[in-house]
Amino acid sequence: MTIADSKTESAVMIPSRPSRSSVFMALTALLFFMALLSLAIGPTGISLHALPRALAAYLGYTSDSAAERDRLVLIDLRLPRTLLAAFVGAALATSGAMMQGLFRNPLADPGLIGVSSGAALAAIATIVLGHGIAAPLVAPLGIYALPLAAFVGGLITTIILVAIAGRHGQLAVGTLLLAGIAVGALAGSISGFIAYASDDRELRDLTLWSMGSLSGASWQKVFAVTPFAIAIGFVIPRLTRGLNGFLLGEAEAMHLGIDTEQIKRLTIATTAAAVGAAVAVAGVIGFVGLVVPHVMRLISGPDNRIVLPGSALLGATLVMVADMIARMAVRPAELPIGVVLALIGAPVFLHLVLRRGMGGWE
Amino acid sequence: MRMTTRFLISAGAAFLLATVPFVSREAFAADAPAAASTPRVLSIGGDITEILYDLGQQDKIVAVDTTSQYPADALKDKKSVGYMRALSAEGVLSVNPTLIIASDEAGPPEVVNALKSSGVRYITIEDKPTADGVSAKVRHVGNLLGADDAAQALAAKIESEFATLKAARKEIKTRKKVLFILAIQNGRATVAGAGTAADSIMQLAGADNAAVGVSGYKPVSDEQLTEFAPDAVIVMRRGESDQHKAGQALTLAGLRQSPAAKTDKLIEMDGLYLLGFGPRAPSAARDLMKSIYPEAGQAAAMP
Repeated sequence: MTIADSKTESAVMIPSRPSRSSVFMALTALLFFMALLSLAIGPTGISLHALPRALAAYLGYTSDSAAERDRLVLIDLRLPRTLLAAFVGAALATSGAMMQGLFRNPLADPGLIGVSSGAALAAIATIVLGHGIAAPLVAPLGIYALPLAAFVGGLITTIILVAIAGRHGQLAVGTLLLAGIAVGALAGSISGFIAYASDDRELRDLTLWSMGSLSGASWQKVFAVTPFAIAIGFVIPRLTRGLNGFLLGEAEAMHLGIDTEQIKRLTIATTAAAVGAAVAVAGVIGFVGLVVPHVMRLISGPDNRIVLPGSALLGATLVMVADMIARMAVRPAELPIGVVLALIGAPVFLHLVLRRGMGGWE
Repeated sequence: MRMTTRFLISAGAAFLLATVPFVSREAFAADAPAAASTPRVLSIGGDITEILYDLGQQDKIVAVDTTSQYPADALKDKKSVGYMRALSAEGVLSVNPTLIIASDEAGPPEVVNALKSSGVRYITIEDKPTADGVSAKVRHVGNLLGADDAAQALAAKIESEFATLKAARKEIKTRKKVLFILAIQNGRATVAGAGTAADSIMQLAGADNAAVGVSGYKPVSDEQLTEFAPDAVIVMRRGESDQHKAGQALTLAGLRQSPAAKTDKLIEMDGLYLLGFGPRAPSAARDLMKSIYPEAGQAAAMP
């Protein structure tokens, strides 16, 4: 949370807004509190008091079956789940904030640059064709085929879009937006075509995937997303000033001496990688990328030095909370997390909007 | 600051309060080790649950999945771990099973892997919609619970019923073409093609699938329906309120001219009974045969 130079108070800040450090402290405290809670509650009723026993089993000091069970639940199921929820929430919310900043549009979400639709297309193709013509490709990858396909599919779509919008050496944001809509529609139609060819079971798998879930969380997935988490943390501080410049407009940002081309490309590359990784491990989780940045702006104003890292913290917290509800509400069964997020998030968001206005976009 | 903190604190407090009932109630029930003597069975798959009930093993079942619709008691008396393709590892473990008997369709794969490494015995039952597949399933499930004799008797009964059915099929002189309609949406029918459980049960009932060239469950156009020209149409019964919808089947433009519509041959059957391929499969096939060939005397020869 080290963001340099708080000496110069940003011009867009309204005096009554909370200070940056108090916002970060509150959000970090909330995140850690929810992370602990997420470790402590689950349908088996095993709580944190079992943690020492679970650790003993993990380190090999005991092989007592109760301890092994505690280890499985706390260390192999809940801990990776909590970490993945935090990553997915942070990645989606930060990406949403970056996209809204780049496109200067409050309705922008990570889906605009084609990652989600590309990932969905690849995932659907893997689910449906994985038993048929694509079997030689999918079978050796086993359970990694789906996340891998989703990630690669998302990335390829974004590369195509950037190639279209950047033909003349400069990335045209307007073209990117329109081409994104077109490519999204195209990917959607191919997805529909493949879904048409699916059988009953594949269709249910598709539906469940498109509602998102963290029930497949594992340490392998946590390790797979770690580099992306580090990359996001590394990139955010380098983007905040540039995106603040974009608040005024692209030309104005350039006149301020910001390398707008670099900002655009870095933003898109980060978003594509982050969203691709999030979709790969958890399926489609909407709402977070669109709404969390808005909530951050309502709290702190449009300064991206607060909005970007704040979105990461708040997004992580929100997805963790939603996941706790997803696993507890109908236990021992489980709800798709996308359903929970929209169900609790939408009314809260609506309430905030009605009370405090559009948060810097008006 | 005040606004923010107040919002965040109240949100946190509200959530904490909401979780209190979960935490406190479960804390007391937790860590109770299961008695080792009788197995605590989790049944994942409607056909498996049905077999367990038929073998008189229902008292050992602690939980089932949502496809276990028959007998109706199963989902009423037992806990439900949700849909079999969307299981939750911790959810499954929370019912303290000592034996998980699951269809090979159970998922997601990460959860199945976690369960297999959890120390709980996890047995996969192969799901094949054929006559041999059913009795093989019965023997396998019976063996797992030490109910070999009961399983042997049930499997033998199923096999003899299938044998009677086979004899009855030989009596059929002119085979009829039957169309299975899974659903009608916006006036478009989704029919069962090759490789589906519906296709298998039609064959067992001595009828041909009218949906030639279709594989899996697919929506088809009215024009294609005209080509199928079935002698009878099968629809799934989904409760009283759905009847008028099922009745639409023969009024579809593509079926209005079909032999089935002319003779008003609409067969309504319960979905799981017809397609479940559990112990009731032979009687489902027999009922279907009776409905398709009511004029033939062979039905009388059946037990």
